[in-house]
Amino acid sequence: MTRLSLVGVSKIFGNSKVVDNVSVTVDPGKVHVLLGENGAGKSTVIKMMSGIYQPDEGHIEIDGEEVTIPNVDAARRLGIAVIHQELNMVGELSIMENLFLGNLPTKAGFVDRSTMRSKAIEALKMIGLDEDVSKPMKELGVARQQMVEIAKALMQNASILILDEPTAALTQNECQQLFSIIGQLKAKNVGMVFISHHLDEIPKVGDVVTVLRDGQYIDTVPASTPESELVKLMVGRNITNQYPRKAAERGRVLLKVDSLNRAGAIEDVSFEVHAGEVVGLAGLVGAGRTEVLRAIFGADSYDSGEVTVDGTRVAKNSIPQSIAAGVGLVPEDRHTQGLVLGASVADNLGMATMIPTAKFGFVNRSLQRNNEGETSRKLNIHMSDINQSVGSLSGGNQQKVVFGKWTMAHVKVLLLDEPTRGVDVGARVEIYELINEITAHGGAVLMASSDLPEVLGMSDRVLVMSGGRISGDMPVSEATQESVMSLAVSHMQDSDSVDSHSNSADIPPKGLTSDSLQNTYEDNREGVLQ
Amino acid sequence: MSIQTKGSTMEVNNKTFDAGQTIKHFVARNGALIGLIVLCIVLAICAPAFLTGANILNVGIQAATTAILAFGQTFVIVSAGIDLSVGATAAISSMIVAYTGANMGLPAWSTIIIGLLAGAFFGALSGMANAYLKLPSFIATLAMMSVARGLTLVISDGRPISTSGLVNFFGSTIMGVPIPIVTMIIMGIIAAVILNYTSIGRSMYAVGGNMEASRLSGISVHKTQITVFILSGIFAAVAGLVIAGRLHSAQPEAGTGYEMDAIASVVIGGASLAGGKGRISGTFVGAILLAVIRNGLNILNVSSFWQQVVIGLVIAFAVSFDTLRRKEDAH
Repeated sequence: MTRLSLVGVSKIFGNSKVVDNVSVTVDPGKVHVLLGENGAGKSTVIKMMSGIYQPDEGHIEIDGEEVTIPNVDAARRLGIAVIHQELNMVGELSIMENLFLGNLPTKAGFVDRSTMRSKAIEALKMIGLDEDVSKPMKELGVARQQMVEIAKALMQNASILILDEPTAALTQNECQQLFSIIGQLKAKNVGMVFISHHLDEIPKVGDVVTVLRDGQYIDTVPASTPESELVKLMVGRNITNQYPRKAAERGRVLLKVDSLNRAGAIEDVSFEVHAGEVVGLAGLVGAGRTEVLRAIFGADSYDSGEVTVDGTRVAKNSIPQSIAAGVGLVPEDRHTQGLVLGASVADNLGMATMIPTAKFGFVNRSLQRNNEGETSRKLNIHMSDINQSVGSLSGGNQQKVVFGKWTMAHVKVLLLDEPTRGVDVGARVEIYELINEITAHGGAVLMASSDLPEVLGMSDRVLVMSGGRISGDMPVSEATQESVMSLAVSHMQDSDSVDSHSNSADIPPKGLTSDSLQNTYEDNREGVLQ
Repeated sequence: MSIQTKGSTMEVNNKTFDAGQTIKHFVARNGALIGLIVLCIVLAICAPAFLTGANILNVGIQAATTAILAFGQTFVIVSAGIDLSVGATAAISSMIVAYTGANMGLPAWSTIIIGLLAGAFFGALSGMANAYLKLPSFIATLAMMSVARGLTLVISDGRPISTSGLVNFFGSTIMGVPIPIVTMIIMGIIAAVILNYTSIGRSMYAVGGNMEASRLSGISVHKTQITVFILSGIFAAVAGLVIAGRLHSAQPEAGTGYEMDAIASVVIGGASLAGGKGRISGTFVGAILLAVIRNGLNILNVSSFWQQVVIGLVIAFAVSFDTLRRKEDAH
């Protein structure tokens, strides 16, 4: 018996149909996975389920009866609850106060704390979360905060739970906990909608998968469908090669880093990157990869060492000088570090070249406009207009704009920090093609990434960092997941040198198996995504 | 991701001209201008005295000081800061002009240069406190407001000092042309050129929109922050010349509270206090709108006490209109 169904719903904004004739059903005790790239319409669909948007065409049925859900409150009364990616909570308040936020039990106008406490304890028991309910919410990890949110939804008698990318901020172990809770909820006949970008999670939690693409309903398939098939449905074409690295001719040394040191972050780091080469920088979170990139770029200072770009020594701690020497940085978080989201695509593309090309303090507008137009075409940035705000582009296109800023500046050395984080499969390949393009034209690329297959797939040479040091340097042909991972945790096996910023909770026990190493690595990879 | 709904799949394929849509778009984007036009029409009907040449010039002169301060304020607000010291800076710089002229006997032209440099200097201090000491601009300029006002009283001993003929020129009307209006227009053009065509002006938008991304693109955030306050200080000094010129003297209490009108003009003009957004033309409309409201209420014999109430409501209305429009834009 179907609990909730969307029947041929569409949503129109302005001239575009963001969701077009989509039907989805949620059955009790089943997990329905919504799959699609960014912009495919998943968010809009769940917003229609939860009363934030109303469908412009089609309708919603609950238990077979047509209903309208005018707002979030109405959805809640119908038993529909959403666990958002960004959790709705007040960190300073206790768990129980968060559970009853906006709905505090009162006695004669005063908060009835004893009732609140007993009900809160009951609610946590329901999902098997063992926490003191008077603990401030902020002291819980993300995973446990999420569980509190789920408990809150269940406490309000939700029978349909919409989980919007619940695993994005969780480590591998926390994901396991969440999946077991999902299992319990299934047993209690709760129907769930699950959104995730991690295809490997689908067979673990899902029952059926509905794939959306460009707002269109594509297909509903069993959760056991192979990943490659799912990718094909999502992207609309076969992705034959996920890592299309085309090796370029190796030329002169473009970047030379010589015994770089920064107390507590980087220790004696030396390496070279040649023209035409992609060097992957692997390592756990806190190993010092980002710190090395930022030091080379001049974003952070360093205590000693030298950075030389194409034979010219670059002064430390001066971004304009590094840019003048031909270095660019694609930072790890494009929203906070890479882009001015409210500004146009054109303005963002021109940001690094605006000052160097200015004449007498005046922006060289015709030159900039020309180059901005050319760059956006070359990079195939999907936009309606170059004056569109960059914040309205999809993640992959936003990342292309960050790349474009540096290709426009004709950098010789491009430093990439997590270049494809939050980028869809399809756009990811386009970004790899950009990397190929840069090296084909004699550029050098240094790419830090927590995505090990990406490092192995796109690099010519792999550097591994561990505890602020370079612990391995090998051609990609000699690198395997296992060899890179054991180098990545090498400083941890030597217990004296465990440094302060490595996350002590993630230190694996001695006598590591390759499996547990994999988990350590994955845990760290997931940890970054918060 | 909240932006997902507007993702890359959106295509503007409907390029046919839709008059209704275009007008709606224009109204939404130029709310303050439409409000100003409507207000002028209403006033022209209700109060025939409003639409006379003399009164219009009067409105212009009344708007000039606020507008000049607001142009300077626009730089700061676009860069995601705020400058509470513009009124006090106008006072101290005009007092320095009057003092160096009347008490030190310096030539009139040099006193004006000294006055402008004083404005730049006080602005630079706020800017450096903001950039290097990491004081929020609200605090840095709140402190500067008090310091500058205090110094004005110290220099003048709390008494007005009369100004030179050259300073009085800034408040005069030459052959029917009011110099405050001319000054306002010149300063407006300078401000618009800086904001739109120079790299420092474009950097203001970048720094105001995302400071870290700007820094990582090679834009000097410190230089930008200090420059905006220097510019704001210079614009305040020019406004100080106009105020002193109209009164033929530098008054120790001149410009008190003017920072609020300046900020209101910028905000009514569509700038966002969060930074990254704002236009000189919008600020200009905002300043004129405030002056028209005051003038109109005067003509209609509304007491100045009630005028304050109306101005407050206009600010609240204008900004909420703008906020709602932005929300609509973002779906």
